[in-house]
Amino acid sequence: MWDFIQYQILVMKWMEELIGDGLAALGLDISTRIGGSIHFFIYDVTKITILLCVLIFVISYIQSFFPPERSRGIMTRFHGVTANIAGALLGTVTPFCSCSSIPIFMGFTRAGLPLGVTFSFLISSPMVDLGSMVLLSGVFGFKVAAAYVVLGLVIAVAGGTIIEHLHMEDQVAGFIRNGRNTALIETVKPTVRERLAYSAEQVIVTFRKVFPYILAGVAIGAVIHNWIPDSWIENILGGGNPFGVVLATLIGIPMYADIFGTIPVAEALLSKGALLGTILAFMMAVTALSLPSMMMLKKAIKAKLLGTFIAICTAGIIIIGYAFNLLQNYFQ
Amino acid sequence: MIIRVLGGGCRSCEALLEAAKEAVKAKGTDAAVEYITDYEKIMEYGVMSMPALMIDDRIVSAGRVLKAEEIEKLLP
Repeated sequence: MWDFIQYQILVMKWMEELIGDGLAALGLDISTRIGGSIHFFIYDVTKITILLCVLIFVISYIQSFFPPERSRGIMTRFHGVTANIAGALLGTVTPFCSCSSIPIFMGFTRAGLPLGVTFSFLISSPMVDLGSMVLLSGVFGFKVAAAYVVLGLVIAVAGGTIIEHLHMEDQVAGFIRNGRNTALIETVKPTVRERLAYSAEQVIVTFRKVFPYILAGVAIGAVIHNWIPDSWIENILGGGNPFGVVLATLIGIPMYADIFGTIPVAEALLSKGALLGTILAFMMAVTALSLPSMMMLKKAIKAKLLGTFIAICTAGIIIIGYAFNLLQNYFQ
Repeated sequence: MIIRVLGGGCRSCEALLEAAKEAVKAKGTDAAVEYITDYEKIMEYGVMSMPALMIDDRIVSAGRVLKAEEIEKLLP
């Protein structure tokens, strides 16, 4: 049953065969390198596009129940580590674009939320989202996806807790801390129809934004899949290199791509003998830490806290990478 | 009537500003469209999701880029 869901619905094996047959009917030999690349490209673009549209729709519907204003209200009810856990969990379902991060930071801080809780929220938000969970199941299987999500939440909770204990409140820009706490507007609850309209709109907006990344990601994946020798990948990202995880993380941090674009690259690298933890570390680094979000945070926090934040995320990702590599056999 | 678009200056905020201007034009009402990027003011209005739209003293939408037609319907 699980196998059926995984291979036929999520991985869409039937489609891979169908496209293969179609290309063969057109006279293309898919066992050649070029034929294989074209096959991989068409199949992967179609698969990821379908998954993306369905996923964004469902996810946006769920997210429409958790505007930041409401999430703040929920978080203020908890204390201690429970509040960090609530922050990490809500970070995964609260939708916001990068320019909302400063108002969110101000709103959270002034409502008396501890700095660590805000950071648990900020760390988990880009790294663990519902989309990546389903997409990862489609590519690497349920166990890997579940482990990714759990470990991502662990980094968010641990990172927030550490920042809390470092007492770096003075590292937050004055304009964030000083000021009245204002009650937030209770916006009118949307109707089911409005939620559906919102979800459809999100599908279109996200698709437009992410599609170039998918094309680029799949193109790179197709090249890796058919042209790069296995031995290169194995030596750099596989068991042959004990520093593979560190390397993958450091390369991934300055890169900025959507998770939908990184997955085809990850998939291709994995099939070529890269280790699972190394690949996941790369994906986490690409999605969790990016230059645009750093620039935004820089306005709100001082260098020391920003540095601590980056260091904690980097360390967490590297630890997770090695953990997955150790447990690789269990997942495959 | 004053219409305020609240945002941090990103692409979606600017798209909402354009839509608001368009809506006012289409409706033919006499309304000033203001673009508020001062976070302190935004906080006072009680929203965190950008971009947000305010008509007079009421927040009518937050965290969404409305189309001009949608804004037109919200105008009195």
